[in-house]
Amino acid sequence: MDKRRQSLGDCAKMMGWMMSEPLLDVRGVTLQYKTSERVVTATHRVSFSVLQGDRFVLLGPSGCGKSSLLKAVGGYIKPIEGDISLRGQHISGPGPDRMMVFQEFDQLLPWKTVADNVVFPLLASGRMRKAEAVGRARHYIDKVGLSKFADSYPHTLSGGMKQRVAIARGMAMEPEILLMDEPFAALDALTRRTMQDELLRLWDDTKFTVLFVTHSINEAIRIGTRILLLSPHPGQVRAEVNSSTEPLRQMELESQINTLLFA
Amino acid sequence: MDIEPAARPDIFREVEHFSGAEAVERPIPAWERLWNMGWLRKAVIIAALCGAWQAYGVWSDNSLLFPSFTDTIEAFTDNLVNGVLPARAWVSIKVLLIGYAVGAGLATLLSVLAITTRLGNDFLETLTSMFNPLPAIALLPLALLWFGLGSGSLVFVLVHSVLWVVALNMHAGFMGVSSTLRMVGRNYGLSSLSYVLKILVPAAFPSILTGLKIGWAFAWRTLIAAELVFGVSSGKGGLGWFIFENKNQLEIPSVFAGLLCVIIIGLAMENLVFRWIERRTVRRWGMQH
Repeated sequence: MDKRRQSLGDCAKMMGWMMSEPLLDVRGVTLQYKTSERVVTATHRVSFSVLQGDRFVLLGPSGCGKSSLLKAVGGYIKPIEGDISLRGQHISGPGPDRMMVFQEFDQLLPWKTVADNVVFPLLASGRMRKAEAVGRARHYIDKVGLSKFADSYPHTLSGGMKQRVAIARGMAMEPEILLMDEPFAALDALTRRTMQDELLRLWDDTKFTVLFVTHSINEAIRIGTRILLLSPHPGQVRAEVNSSTEPLRQMELESQINTLLFA
Repeated sequence: MDIEPAARPDIFREVEHFSGAEAVERPIPAWERLWNMGWLRKAVIIAALCGAWQAYGVWSDNSLLFPSFTDTIEAFTDNLVNGVLPARAWVSIKVLLIGYAVGAGLATLLSVLAITTRLGNDFLETLTSMFNPLPAIALLPLALLWFGLGSGSLVFVLVHSVLWVVALNMHAGFMGVSSTLRMVGRNYGLSSLSYVLKILVPAAFPSILTGLKIGWAFAWRTLIAAELVFGVSSGKGGLGWFIFENKNQLEIPSVFAGLLCVIIIGLAMENLVFRWIERRTVRRWGMQH
C-alpha cells in the first residue's frame, strides 16, 4: 500500500516535471578533455534548460564545445563541474532514454537490414517483445518514407537515406529527448534542405523533444524553436534566443546572430 | 591583360527519345558471362597446373622421384576406394577440429579480456609477442613429454598454432571498430557481454574471419608436420602418417596422393566453407567487396 502511494507520488512528481519544470537541465557544466600533452577546456560553466516539446539548438562555430555538450547529455562525457539532469534525475551514463543521431553515415549496424536496425534497440533495451517492436519499427520507417527499403542493407542506401533510418531508429525508441549531432552536415545542400523539412514535418506529427547541434546559422533558425549561441575557446553561452517562422524576423535574427558571433 | 571571354548565346535542345530498351541496355555476351564466374576461372587455372604437372611427369619419366598426374590420381582413387585415405583424413580432421575449436575459443576469451580491461590488453600483447613467433613444432618434444604419444600432444600444438594468430586478428578487429558504432552500442544500454557479442564481434567480423582463415591454414600445416614427426597416435595415424609410411615404402605416387588430399581439403575449406561464410556475412553487409 505504501509502495503504491509512493509511486502515485512519483507519478504526480512526473506530472509536475511535465507541466512546468525543464525536461533537461544543464547547470554550470564545464567539460574538459585530455590529449596526451594537455588538458583542453571544451566548455566553461554552460547552463541551459530544455522544455518538453522544444526543438532546442546548440549553435556555434567549431571549437565551441557544442558536440561535447551533446555527448555529455548523452552520458559519454562526465562534466568536471556542474550537473546535467533529465527530469530531475542525474545523468550518469549513456542510455536509451536519450537516443543519439550522429553525423556519420556509419552509425547504422551494417550487418542488419534497415528494419532490423530500427528493431534492435527496441529489443536490446528490453522495452518490448519482437512482434510489437517490428510493428513499431515499420510505423517509423514508414514515417521517414523508407518502407520500400526495409529489407535493404545500409550499404545499399544513399547518405540521406541512412540518416533517415538513424532518425527513424531514434524516434522509434520514443526517447525523452532525441539528441542530434549535426545529422545533416555530411549531406549535399539539396538533400539537407529536404531533410530539414522532413524533420519539421515529423515534429509536427509527434512533437518530440529534440536537442540539435549545428554550426549552420541558417539551419539553426529553420530547425529550432530556441537557439543557444555559444562562443568558442572555451565554449560559453553568448545568447539564448527564440527562433521564428516569419521570414522577416528570421533574416533579422540571422544578422543578429552574425553580429554576436563575429563582432 | 584583362581578357573578357567572348559572349555566347544560351542553348536549349530537345532530348532524343529512346524507344526500345535495346538502345539503352543490352545483355552481356554468353562467353563474357561465363568468364565472370570465379569458379570457372579458378578451374581453368587448376586444369592448366595439372596439365603442366602431367607434361613434366611424362617427360621426366621417373615415377620414383616425380610421378605424373595420372599416376597420382590412380594411387589416389585406389586409396580412396580401399578406404585407407578417407580413414586417415578423418583421423586428422577430427584432431584438427578439436584443436581449432579450443584455440579459437581461447583466442575469443583473451581478446574479449583485452578489449574490456587494460591489463588484459597488456597480457594479450605480451603473450602474442612472446609466443606467436614460436613455431608450434618446436613445442612438440615438450608436448610429447607432457601429454605422451597421443592426440593430447597434437591438440596442444594445434591450440598453440591457432590461438595467437586468431587472437591477434580478433583484437585488431575490435580495436578498429569505429567510435560511432561503439557509441551507438552504448546508447542502447547493452550489458558488456551483449555489447561485445552484438556490436563488437559483427563489426570486427572481417578481421575475425581473416584470423580464422589464417588459423585454419596454420593448424593444418602444423598437424601434418607433427604427424610426420611422430606418426601414429594410439594405433591410428592421420594423413601425415600416411605420407610418411608411403615414403618409407617408396610408394611415391601414394605420397603424392596424400599431399593431393591435403590440398583438396584445403581448397574445399577455403572455397566452400569460408567462401560461404563470407557470402552470408561480410559481403552481404557491404564490409567486403
